[in-house]
Amino acid sequence: MRPINSKITKIVEETPSIRTFRFDTSLDDAQPGQFVMVWVRGVDEVPMGCSFKNGITVQKVGDATSRLFEMKEGDSVGLRGPFGKGFTLPAKDENILIIAGGVGVAPLGPLADEAISLGAKITTILGARTASELVFEKRFSEAGEVHLTTDDGSAGTCGFVTTVLADVDVSVYDRICVCGPEIMMFNVLKMLEEKGAHERAEFSLHRYFKCAIGVCGACCMDHEGLRVCKDGPVLNGSLLLDSEFGNYKRSSSSQRVKV
Amino acid sequence: MVKITGIEFRNPTILASGIMGTTGASLVRMANSGAGAVVTKSIGPEPKIGHPNPSMVKLDCGFLNAMGLPNPSYADFDNEIKIAKEGADVPVIASIFGGNAEEFVRVAEGLADSKPDAFELNVSCPHAEGYGATIGTDSCMVEAITAAVCDAVDAPVWVKLTPNVTDIKSIGKAAENGGAAAVVAINTLRGMAIDINSGYPILGNRFGGLSGTAVKPVAIKCVYDLYEALDIPVIGVGGVSSWEDAVEMIMAGASAVQVGSAVHEGVEVFADIATGIEQFLQDNGYPGVEDITGLAHEVI
Repeated sequence: MRPINSKITKIVEETPSIRTFRFDTSLDDAQPGQFVMVWVRGVDEVPMGCSFKNGITVQKVGDATSRLFEMKEGDSVGLRGPFGKGFTLPAKDENILIIAGGVGVAPLGPLADEAISLGAKITTILGARTASELVFEKRFSEAGEVHLTTDDGSAGTCGFVTTVLADVDVSVYDRICVCGPEIMMFNVLKMLEEKGAHERAEFSLHRYFKCAIGVCGACCMDHEGLRVCKDGPVLNGSLLLDSEFGNYKRSSSSQRVKV
Repeated sequence: MVKITGIEFRNPTILASGIMGTTGASLVRMANSGAGAVVTKSIGPEPKIGHPNPSMVKLDCGFLNAMGLPNPSYADFDNEIKIAKEGADVPVIASIFGGNAEEFVRVAEGLADSKPDAFELNVSCPHAEGYGATIGTDSCMVEAITAAVCDAVDAPVWVKLTPNVTDIKSIGKAAENGGAAAVVAINTLRGMAIDINSGYPILGNRFGGLSGTAVKPVAIKCVYDLYEALDIPVIGVGGVSSWEDAVEMIMAGASAVQVGSAVHEGVEVFADIATGIEQFLQDNGYPGVEDITGLAHEVI
C-alpha cells in the first residue's frame, strides 16, 4: 500500500519527551500491538505502535521523531499499516496483567481499552524513570488497578517494574502483556520464567525495520529467523527464551550490536 | 533432484538474494520452508547502512524497493554463512558485490572460508551508485569481474543480470566469456512511485527496482533470449509466485527458479511451488525439470 496522507489533528504533550499525535486517518481494523510505518517526508519512515486507532505516542529519539516533534496540528505525514501481529485478545472474565515501561505504553493503551470492552479484568504495572515521565496513568486507571513505579521513587514504588512484579502472584493471570525497553522486558521474561509464567506472556519487540512487510529479513531474530515486523512485533515469551532477545540485535547495516 | 553448475538441489526453487538473507538463521528458516537452495543478501567490502526508508512499498502491480545494499561486510558475514551451512540441508549461495574487480575478489576471498556452495555476483542492483547495474550494463566490466572472481575462488560463479539494458544477451555472453558457470536473470526493473499529496517520491532513494507479478513477462523474455544465446544454464527470477509461473519460466529456458517478493504471501511458497512442479511433471509424463527446460524453443 502507498502511504495514506494523514493530517495531524491534535498533539498532546504526555511528558517532556513523549507526545501523542492524533490523525484524521483512523485505522479501524488495527489490533492492539500492531504498528504503522510513519513517513516523515524527506527524512525517514519509522515503525510506531498504534496507541489509538488514529494515533501514535512517540518519544523523541532520532531524525524522524525530531522532525515530527517540530510539526504542528494541520501538518501531515504518510501512514502505512496496520502491520504485524498484535497481542492475543482476551476472552470475557480473563485476568490480564499489563506491564509497561516508558513509551512502551503505546501499544498497551489500546490493549487495555479493548480488553475492558471485551469484559476482561486488567491490572497494570506502569513504570517510568520519574513521575513526570509516566504516560497513560489515567487511561490504565480507568481500566483497572494500577501499580506505579519510578526509578527515583517520585511516584509509586521506588525501583523498576520488576520490583513490583517480584511481589505479584502471577498464577492468577491468564495472560501477561509487556512492552518497554528491551532490558526491562528481558528481566521481566526471566522473572516470569522463574515463576513458570513465560508461556502466558507476550512481549512487543523493537528491531530495525527496513521493508516492514516481512520480505527483506532485516529484522530477523536468532535463532528461529522470526521476522519481528511480520511474525511479531508481539511474540510469545516461549519464543524468546534462548533467542537473541536481551543480548543483541542488528543495526541498520545488519551488524550485531549489544542490547 | 536438480543439478546445476555441479551443485545438487533437492528441488528447483531457490530463495532469491535480498529476501530473508540477512542472517544465517533466516536462511535456515527458508530452507526449512522448502527452498531447494538459498542465496544470501548481497555482501560487500565494507559495512553499509543502505538507503533511508521508505525502502519497500507494495503497489497494485508489484513491489518497489530501494534497500541500498545494507550489509555488515564480508568480515562480519562469514559467520552467518557458517550458521546457514550448518543448519540448512540445502546449498547456500553467497551473493556478493563490489565497485570493481578488486573489491569483488576481496569479498569472495573473504567469504571463501565459510565455504558457500557458489557465488552469485550482483552486477544488477538498479539503485546503488557505483555498484550493481552501474557495472552490469558494461559488458567489458562484467567479463573482467567474472574472470577475476572465477580465478580467485574454487566454487562456481553465477552472474545475476540486470534487465535495464538494451541487449541482455550481450551481457550474458560477457559473463559466460568471463567463466561464469550460470547466469541469473533478472534483477529488478528500474521504477518509481510518487506521493500525489505531497509530490515526494515515496522511496527514500527516490527510485528503486520493481519486482513481483508485474515483471514476470519481462523476466520470461530475458530468460528466453539468454537460453538461446548462451551455453551455460540460466536461472530464472522475476515475478514467480506459483508453480505455473515456475513452469512457464522453465519452459522459457530456466534450469531453476528463484523466488523473491512472493515470500510476502508466506514462507511456504517454496514447498508449494516445488510440489506443484513435481506434480506437473508427473501428470504430463516428463521425467525431470531438464525435460521441459527451454521447451518453448523446441515446439516452434
